[in-house]
Amino acid sequence: MSRSVFSDRHSARLFGAIRYGLLLLAAFLSVFPFFWMLIGATNITADINTGKVTPGSALFDNIRAFVAQVDVPLVLWNSAKIAILGTAVTILVSSIAGYGFEMFRSKLRDRIYTVILLTLMVPFAAIMIPLFMMMAKAGLIDTHLAIVLPTLASVFIIFYFRQASKAFPAELRDAAKIDGLKEWQIFLFIYVPVMRSTYAAAFVIVFMTSWNNYLWPLIVLQSNGTKTITLVVSSLASAYYPDYGVVMVGTVLATLPTLFVFFAMQRQFVQGMLGSVK
Amino acid sequence: MANVMAQNRRGGLKRYYDVNGWLFIAPALLLIGIFLIYPIISSLTLSVYSGRGMMMKFAGFGNLVRIYNDPIFWKALTNTFTFFIIQVPIMIVLALVIANALNNPKLRFSGLLRTAIFLPCVSSLVAYSILFKSMFSVDGIVNRTLIGLGLMDQPLNWLTDPFWAKVVVITAITWRWTGYNMIFYLAALQNIDRSIDEAARIDGVPSWGRFFYLTVPMLKPVILFTTITSTIGTLQLFDEVYSLTEGTGGPSNATLTLSLYIYNLTFRFMPNFGYAATISYVIVVLVALLSFLQFYAVRERR
Repeated sequence: MSRSVFSDRHSARLFGAIRYGLLLLAAFLSVFPFFWMLIGATNITADINTGKVTPGSALFDNIRAFVAQVDVPLVLWNSAKIAILGTAVTILVSSIAGYGFEMFRSKLRDRIYTVILLTLMVPFAAIMIPLFMMMAKAGLIDTHLAIVLPTLASVFIIFYFRQASKAFPAELRDAAKIDGLKEWQIFLFIYVPVMRSTYAAAFVIVFMTSWNNYLWPLIVLQSNGTKTITLVVSSLASAYYPDYGVVMVGTVLATLPTLFVFFAMQRQFVQGMLGSVK
Repeated sequence: MANVMAQNRRGGLKRYYDVNGWLFIAPALLLIGIFLIYPIISSLTLSVYSGRGMMMKFAGFGNLVRIYNDPIFWKALTNTFTFFIIQVPIMIVLALVIANALNNPKLRFSGLLRTAIFLPCVSSLVAYSILFKSMFSVDGIVNRTLIGLGLMDQPLNWLTDPFWAKVVVITAITWRWTGYNMIFYLAALQNIDRSIDEAARIDGVPSWGRFFYLTVPMLKPVILFTTITSTIGTLQLFDEVYSLTEGTGGPSNATLTLSLYIYNLTFRFMPNFGYAATISYVIVVLVALLSFLQFYAVRERR
């Protein structure tokens, strides 16, 4: 009896150690490339290529070289403009629709919703050619409007808000109706504040997708004045002999805003995700 | 009289309800119609045309015949499938195991570990492709570490070897997306009643048994959701392979994916919109088929 308890406890302890080891390894592997990026920004290319993992002294040279090749304020402004305005409108349009689909159900609208959900299976590659031709006809090639327009109604975010709306208490709506609020007022003044964490999580997801968007901007933005940070860094890195020290400065610059948004909203993000899986 | 009035009022209420229902979804429907539904249909019509640039002729099933005889298409299809079949299961299992290990109230630093493992999702596809490319260079950190550990005698040229280039792509995608899927499992796990697991533990069910016979079945809907989204993501893989191989598709097209091939057909070579559109519909059909299979596999056991 006592022996079996002992061996149970023993194996539990061993299991716990294995689990901890696994988690630490996963955490290390997850964080290492970020560390590598920061260290890389301070080293010369030759050191990066030979796997040096200690900080070097080339940080300022790398920054100087980067600034000399790239119009940093303009490029960051382009990215920020697209990401912030695009995200704001996307969340507004998609959350209104997600709420509408859930609160005013009818057979026809439910069917439309199903069709919309099915489009999630269509890859972007399948619509990019007609979309490009459409933008060319409208004279929108090389404009930021062309980048933002196709992303404004996000099927995934509509789905996300419809799922989250199921948890919105019906009593709140009824009470507001009795007080004489119109439907848009209920949405704006009651639903939006109550669903704060859902909005925060949606903001994190949409902002990151928009900031990191690559394929569509690559096709549409052709002149240097309109390019985003992602495009610029990518073209620096695809040189025949890329100057990795300089490229690393660029990747740091391209990653900082998303890192900042994530850490600033981490708590609400996790809460919002929890709400969507219920 | 009263009856008629009630009927009128009910009609008015229904109209009020309906008008609001349409108004709320109208902006989204308009945008989806123009920028999603129209291109989807337009792409389907394009697929029966062939020709260069804007000069296109009706080709009927000509594009399908061309697909059948196009070795590069088959190469891209095989590559895409290889990535899908190997990468998605590895990532889903890893994410499940990590989420399960993290979901222990007694675990110290669980918040810190969770943040660290989720962190890769924050990086842009382009940025992490660049990082992986530099880490896997011939004299790079990965080769040096492996040689240092005695696992390898001489440096491996990862990105110019057809087999190892695929391994790098799979490693890179797994690195980026495991934490993302883990968050979904973690969220679902925290909504599961702990007492079931506790009861099984007291009854002497070992932890691996609880994992396979309790946790996994209860997470089935979330696993299905993440498997389908990962399937869609992997089948339209583009950014990573484009960045890792400067858009060429790697050594002898070893990492050429269907999306990259479509891009090349449209914007790199002489544009052939019709043929590219046909290939894009191959992806649509594949995704639909695979999603259906995955639904079916889960439904059947209920």
